[in-house]
Amino acid sequence: MKKEKSPLLRNGAVQSLLASLLCILIGLLLGYIALLLINPAGAGEAILTIVKNFMTYSRTTAQLKYLGSTLVKTAPLLMCSLSILFAYKVGLFNIGAAGQYVVGAGACLYCALGLHLPWYLCLMAAVLAGALLGAVSGVLKACCNVNEVISCIMLNWISLYSVNTLLTKVKEETSPYTYTLSSTSPEAILPSLGLGGLFSKNQYVTIAVPLSVIAAVLVWVLLEKTKLGYELKATGCNKFAAKYCGMREKKNLILTMAIAGALAGMGAAMLFLTGFEQWQCTQSAVPAMGFNGIAAAFLGGLSPIGSIFSSYFIQHITNGGAYVDKTMYSAQISDFISALIIYLCGFVLFFKVALNRWLNRRDEKKGGGGK
Amino acid sequence: MILLLQYMLIFASVLLLVALGGCFSEHSGVINIGLEGIMVMGALGGALMMKFLPDSTSAFVMIVLVVLAAVLLGMLYSLLLAVAAVNFKADQTLVGTAMNLLGTAAATVFVKAMNTAENVDNVSSTIQYINAKKAFIVNLGGFEFNWFMLLALLALIGSYVSLYKTRFGLRLMACGEHPQAADSVGINVYKMRYAGVLISGMLGGLGGIVYITAGVSEWKFENGVAGFGFLALAVMIFGQWKPTRIALAALLFGFCRALGNVYTGFDFLKSLELPAAVYNMLPYIISLVVLAFTSQKSRAPKAEGIPYDKGQR
Repeated sequence: MKKEKSPLLRNGAVQSLLASLLCILIGLLLGYIALLLINPAGAGEAILTIVKNFMTYSRTTAQLKYLGSTLVKTAPLLMCSLSILFAYKVGLFNIGAAGQYVVGAGACLYCALGLHLPWYLCLMAAVLAGALLGAVSGVLKACCNVNEVISCIMLNWISLYSVNTLLTKVKEETSPYTYTLSSTSPEAILPSLGLGGLFSKNQYVTIAVPLSVIAAVLVWVLLEKTKLGYELKATGCNKFAAKYCGMREKKNLILTMAIAGALAGMGAAMLFLTGFEQWQCTQSAVPAMGFNGIAAAFLGGLSPIGSIFSSYFIQHITNGGAYVDKTMYSAQISDFISALIIYLCGFVLFFKVALNRWLNRRDEKKGGGGK
Repeated sequence: MILLLQYMLIFASVLLLVALGGCFSEHSGVINIGLEGIMVMGALGGALMMKFLPDSTSAFVMIVLVVLAAVLLGMLYSLLLAVAAVNFKADQTLVGTAMNLLGTAAATVFVKAMNTAENVDNVSSTIQYINAKKAFIVNLGGFEFNWFMLLALLALIGSYVSLYKTRFGLRLMACGEHPQAADSVGINVYKMRYAGVLISGMLGGLGGIVYITAGVSEWKFENGVAGFGFLALAVMIFGQWKPTRIALAALLFGFCRALGNVYTGFDFLKSLELPAAVYNMLPYIISLVVLAFTSQKSRAPKAEGIPYDKGQR
């Protein structure tokens, strides 16, 4: 038999890309409709503003500077999406990325502001804290059969309240925010290595940005090219079969959650150790970063490389939301759009099945006509 | 003491309503992580109704209309989950998470747009309902009885009866345990799952409006419902998917939550000098510990989370 070259549309990666683009388009369209309903006068302009983000500035230096700001927040988002993606590949839904992100933030900020440790130790602390929290869910899943979604949700809230309490020790007296890194412990700020200079002296652009991309590549290598990755995926497919084949399925589950937690915790350090944001000790909701990570992971077609682009896109429109005309619309419109996109990602599987069915039918017709 | 009881009962009512909603959805075989978003939508519906009804409306009409608005919006919103999970076989956890984010975002966008349209300088996401709220409360010698407490009790009785004593309830539960078997005896699984999700939307929406009228008389929609939907999920699991046990769990969790609000009134608790966060964390910690011990023989519906496909064996 002659091996036929499969058509482009049959390719899994192409299908994922198509599906993601479709999600984005429909999401933006629905967002546009929402804007039209609120105030038809400026809707077109507003949606363009969201899509353009930093490009609304006319000067190149300003554009570069705000591109830098978008990248600063893309790094933690990418880490969270990697965390979710990694666990998902092993059959676990890590909704706890949000909580692991929170403890990461708590650990690195306390090490920086309370203990005045250098940045690499703060980063390590965040990674460890995240990994530990992830491992708790993993142990509960492996040993006590607790559904990881439920235990992660509980842990999200437990970590939020604990971190709020912990960081109250290092907060400014007159505001609910923690001290700024630059005033209290400049040695904890991630080094920039001249990267800030590339973005019109945006001092928040640090090694975090390239580091997150490297992490994405490493996750891809780990999942696709190593024995450990193969074992983890096998455990995710069928715990019992993996056990039968001599894999230690409990250890694998715990390890997966620990790695996922470490990724999310590191993401938090990558944001808070730049000094870009301070922690608000009175926040009553788990930060959305972990949940947006779910969006980025699914929008990226559950591939580490894809999630680099999807994370950037989500952050791009989120930042773009800040530029809409506040007399007519609110910045939350971009949260609305990204939530819509996540919702639509739920339909990706259906889309792929339908596409394949359509391709099959077309091929059948062709085959019949040739006879 | 009376204050503690009052807070405990009202928080327990919220948790009970929402958890019963989750219970219906899960018994039909659909995991509903999106309860938080549904609550926000229900709260929005109720709050809008309270804002726009004239103050002279009689208490009874007010209650009925507000409840209706909350229930309707909650059900409408839960359709998003039903369509995705039943017809399109989407990942239910993913869709639920999206609904939570979407609920808060959509409510914020909407309320802000409304506020700005009224007054250009008002960019807050807050709705006030100081006067309208009085309709729900009857003062019984220091104890503020809230009609929603009665409603929650009715919902509990209704759920118990409909789940265990009616044909509908038993069929619904069959769809969550073994949909193929249910289908083979002529039950329409898709319809049942729609029913389960819609009931959860109804009760979730109702829970939302109860939550935002408990204790406060204005609500900032940017905050969503601060994790109460998730707490209700914990209540549901803690109650092992059974209405009566859910009620007990709701009381316990409501008690913990109420303690967080009023613990400063007790000399004994005040002398412990624990931060309020501890009391807020307590329900989550308790349920996590209990889950760790009980999950080996969990009574979760067996087919929950698995999309039903007629062609599959």
